[in-house]
Amino acid sequence: MNDIHDELVRIVGAAYVSRAEEELYLYGRDQGVQPPGRPDYVVLPATTEEVRRIVLLAGENGVPVVPMGGGLVLSGLTVPLKGGIVLDMKRMNRILEVNELSHYCVVEAGTTQGALQAYLARRHPALKHSVPDAPPVATIAGNVAIHGSGHLSQSEGGFHSEMVTGLEVVLPTGEVCRLGSCSTVDKWFSRAPLPDLAGLFLGWNGTTGVITKVGMKLFPSFPLKDVLMFMTEDIDAVPEVISRIVSTEMGEDITFFVTPKPAYFDGFQMTNVHIVARTPREMKLRQALVRESVQPYLDRKEAGFLPLPAHMKVNLLAAPQKSLSEFADIRKGGGFEYVGSIMPVESIPGAYRAGLGIAARNGVTYSMGARVVGRGHAVMFYYAFPFNRADEAELQSVRHALEAANRAALDLGGIPWKTEVAGQRMILARMDPATVALMERLRALLDPNGIMNPGNWEVAP
Amino acid sequence: MRHEELLHRCFRCGWCKMPLNYADFNCPSYLQYRFESFTAGGRMWLIRAWQKGEIQAGERLAQILFTCVTCKNCVQTCAMPGIREQLVDIFMAAKGELVEQGLVPPSIRDYLKAMQTHGNPYKRPDAERARWAEGLDLPRYSGQAYLFYVGDEGAFDELGIGMARSVARLLGQAGVDFGILGEAETSDGNDVRAAGEEGLARALAETLTAKLNDLGVKKVVTLSPHAFNIMKTDYPAWGGAFTVEHWTQVVARRVRALAPAETALKVAFHDPCYLGRWQGEYEAPRALLRAVPGLTLLEMPRNRQNALCCGGGGGNFFTDILGHGGDQAARVRVREAAETGAAVLVVACPLCLKMLDDAVKAEGLDDRLAVRDLATLLLAMR
Amino acid sequence: MTELRWNPDICAACETVDCLEKCQYVRYSPEQARGERDRLIRGEETAILTDCVTCYACEEYCPHHNHPFYLIVERQEELGIHPVPKPIEKSQVLMMGPKGRIVPEAVRTPVINLCYFPMMKGAIRGRLLGDASVIVGSDIFCNLMFLHFARNSTIRERLPQMIRNIMTHYLTPGGVDELVCYHDECYGTYTSWAPAFGIDVPFRPVHFFDFLNRRLEALAGQIKPLGLKAAYQRPCSNRLCPETDAWVDAIFEKIGVERTEREFDHGNALCCGGVMEAQQRFELAESNRERNIADMKASGATMAVFNCPFCFFTLAEKAAQAGLMPVMMSDLCHMALGD
Repeated sequence: MNDIHDELVRIVGAAYVSRAEEELYLYGRDQGVQPPGRPDYVVLPATTEEVRRIVLLAGENGVPVVPMGGGLVLSGLTVPLKGGIVLDMKRMNRILEVNELSHYCVVEAGTTQGALQAYLARRHPALKHSVPDAPPVATIAGNVAIHGSGHLSQSEGGFHSEMVTGLEVVLPTGEVCRLGSCSTVDKWFSRAPLPDLAGLFLGWNGTTGVITKVGMKLFPSFPLKDVLMFMTEDIDAVPEVISRIVSTEMGEDITFFVTPKPAYFDGFQMTNVHIVARTPREMKLRQALVRESVQPYLDRKEAGFLPLPAHMKVNLLAAPQKSLSEFADIRKGGGFEYVGSIMPVESIPGAYRAGLGIAARNGVTYSMGARVVGRGHAVMFYYAFPFNRADEAELQSVRHALEAANRAALDLGGIPWKTEVAGQRMILARMDPATVALMERLRALLDPNGIMNPGNWEVAP
Repeated sequence: MRHEELLHRCFRCGWCKMPLNYADFNCPSYLQYRFESFTAGGRMWLIRAWQKGEIQAGERLAQILFTCVTCKNCVQTCAMPGIREQLVDIFMAAKGELVEQGLVPPSIRDYLKAMQTHGNPYKRPDAERARWAEGLDLPRYSGQAYLFYVGDEGAFDELGIGMARSVARLLGQAGVDFGILGEAETSDGNDVRAAGEEGLARALAETLTAKLNDLGVKKVVTLSPHAFNIMKTDYPAWGGAFTVEHWTQVVARRVRALAPAETALKVAFHDPCYLGRWQGEYEAPRALLRAVPGLTLLEMPRNRQNALCCGGGGGNFFTDILGHGGDQAARVRVREAAETGAAVLVVACPLCLKMLDDAVKAEGLDDRLAVRDLATLLLAMR
Repeated sequence: MTELRWNPDICAACETVDCLEKCQYVRYSPEQARGERDRLIRGEETAILTDCVTCYACEEYCPHHNHPFYLIVERQEELGIHPVPKPIEKSQVLMMGPKGRIVPEAVRTPVINLCYFPMMKGAIRGRLLGDASVIVGSDIFCNLMFLHFARNSTIRERLPQMIRNIMTHYLTPGGVDELVCYHDECYGTYTSWAPAFGIDVPFRPVHFFDFLNRRLEALAGQIKPLGLKAAYQRPCSNRLCPETDAWVDAIFEKIGVERTEREFDHGNALCCGGVMEAQQRFELAESNRERNIADMKASGATMAVFNCPFCFFTLAEKAAQAGLMPVMMSDLCHMALGD
């Protein structure tokens, strides 16, 4: 093993390899409730070439490689289940290109959401990218790799993986590969019209290679923004409400949430509609169209737009929303984990009811909600359960609740998102066998030594 | 350990790594080392693991904890109210535990030993503490409105001495009635506390407090934001019967008396952590700069609450435990300053002055960017 | 049970029906107005119950002080007419309910009741107000806002306990018998709504502007006249105590501010629009705001002065955009004292 360590030091320099207990401890676990693993090395590469040499070294020695971005997935996807090397990608954080006219950027894989956001705000204020509601240290590549979604997912075309215009990846066998237009010309504008190989690395939980560069769509940044909060007290009305509002095409981000706390929200459903505009006149028109779309509810006094105080608007309009991290302290214990599940809009009432039952049966508190992805084509519905990290019994309850939520999501016609290994197995068990077989064949082809994040997307333990 | 009940409440969500505007990583030790362990969240989890016996304290843990330069970026940005306020105090407490167990990195040990035996990190006799003021004809404190306290850097550091002399002249020109302690000065204890030696900090503070009380000092004006911090926040509880201000605050109120001359200079201002994030003073130094006719004050992307620390806090100024290289906070900071197009990077703290001055040389930016303390700059504008 | 003390015979005999005829938000012919009035008396469903924007103004317009607005609210509640969508109404009842978090505190005269506006604590400071004791929070909250929600019942239910809390935890132990009401809504509660519903008020409510006026008098030598022209936003709750509107002029005179002549002041004051938003009357709210600000601007004012914090939150940004500096009356007085 010393040979591997020495070789890693030769590749990235002694300062950026660790096998100290402190790093092995920290990189062996994430913030959620999955059991810890234990890496053998933590390595911080700075270039694609370093990644390539590390992967080759790992392949030669049969050492697992687990790529990690912000390490914020919560469901253990960057926990090394079979030891090996955790590749913390955040030293690869250069923003390589912003194309003002073709509205895309090219970034190194470890670039954080926050850094890109700040960079665009300062140098290209007319453009923005879709920001997930993760802390700003989440990385661009990590987020697209897990099919993340964000505040432009409703208005600008879906999951962040769908906003990818090109990738540079290091294959498990050491080849550096460019996918999309950048494979053929020196521009990163599109994945079409070529055979779409980017999909081989999106949603695979790092089992097919290491993403080292991402081309991603940017969108116009509007100077004015506002948020409307539509309050209902009938969960069965929510799909129609969402559909009506989405159909106006006037909202930027559309999300929905329920929460037992504070008490004045308990029992109600809140649908938030973010609206952006260039001028006050445009803002008024957009607001009016959104309001008109739900006029029948207003006429019946069954639902309405809640007047929001300015500080609440500031909070809601922040991207990302810092207050979401505070949810981890609800139980005064530094943690929450959620089952995000991608499901059709009409599944929301069922998902909500299932969530209430799961929380009650497991004695845990909850927050639930959804973000509309695409023009109502799907939602990312989340069941989030906070826990006290210091209370083992509570961790156990949350594990059970998450497992039940995964099952409920599948039963309701949804699919658990970025789910932990147990959830992946649940999905594979229901997946078309031919699809499973195709996945296996592709992985065997791409990763003949089985070094990439082993344990994930595997049928058998 | 103090605040042990808070350790498990850190989610390790990582907000602590960034400034409020996300400009870039803003934790000096994380910038330098890039392992998750060198962030506030990483430290919280490792301290908890150590307290629970899941890991043993050793060299690496000591390095991880002592490289916290107490800049309070994490306190500013942590998402958890109720925990965030205590973060740096938790790290100081954990350093204290390591000090007690004798698990201190050699450079920190040497620093603390020098403080213990010599009363200053420069290992110089107290008799030399008045040399900074030679030729300035400054009165010893005898009932003047203010006592001007220069501290260890003002007394012994070459650049610090220059800054102390400038501040003294500026105070005089602003019409401030003040005296100094000269060789009677002793260390204020701020940075030994930040390095985990709370007992020593307390002893130093009590010595100094007793001295100032005996002299009947009612108002102190400090050279360094570090001294300003501990004297203002902690001395009252330890018996200090005087109020404390940083020199920029005292002079800013009398800015009209200075009547600076016109200049076409473009400058950037670097907020000292102990003046800014620790004490909330962002405007006094800027008011002084704005009082210079024609001067252009350029703001770096990371300014005020978002300022990137020079890396000089937590004893690192004296120990270099944070290390060197292109990712060193001070070097990142001077690159950021140079990008604004400023010709001068203005500082208001003797530690920042030296850290950033060294960094400009290391970056080879000497021909484009000069580092000046604010007092010296203002004196040159007359 | 507390009942609205209202005399149907006075209404029946009323020739002018000012309550509806002077209303800025409905346009009823005299005949229609009388019909509305009659159906209100009989407790039948009628247009005004849904048309009403709950601006309180008819309480002021009624020459007989026969509480037409309180009657409308009673009828709305009896007939299950909800001016605000039901979930918002329910949520507000929960949100503004007493939290039982009262911290008994020694108070001494003067005691200022900040209603449920904890964010306004900073206003009680300086030479003008610095010596005052402040009480604030959900447990002393007048709850009069529920007039906008057709919920006299909520006020009835909560107000007696609020009064007990004020007495038991503050005024009685402090030996204080006066309560200065920062918000008109509280003053209106204790001087108008409570008597109308037969609820006893064991302390003497003092209008904040009355108090300010006396304070300014005492500090007269220290005032530096501001020499400004200001438009005044008269809030809905001032309709319950119109006699206090004159204090505005008295205060302005002391601090050297001219209250600009404008269309939407005094009896013709416009609702800030905040409640209209809750009632989902977005266009009306917007046009009210626009007309109001334009009127302030046209009057030559450089400042928009507010009495009610809620009006301030609703209008401040728009006023500022129009170049009018928004300021609460208390802060304006602090300015005149240089505090």
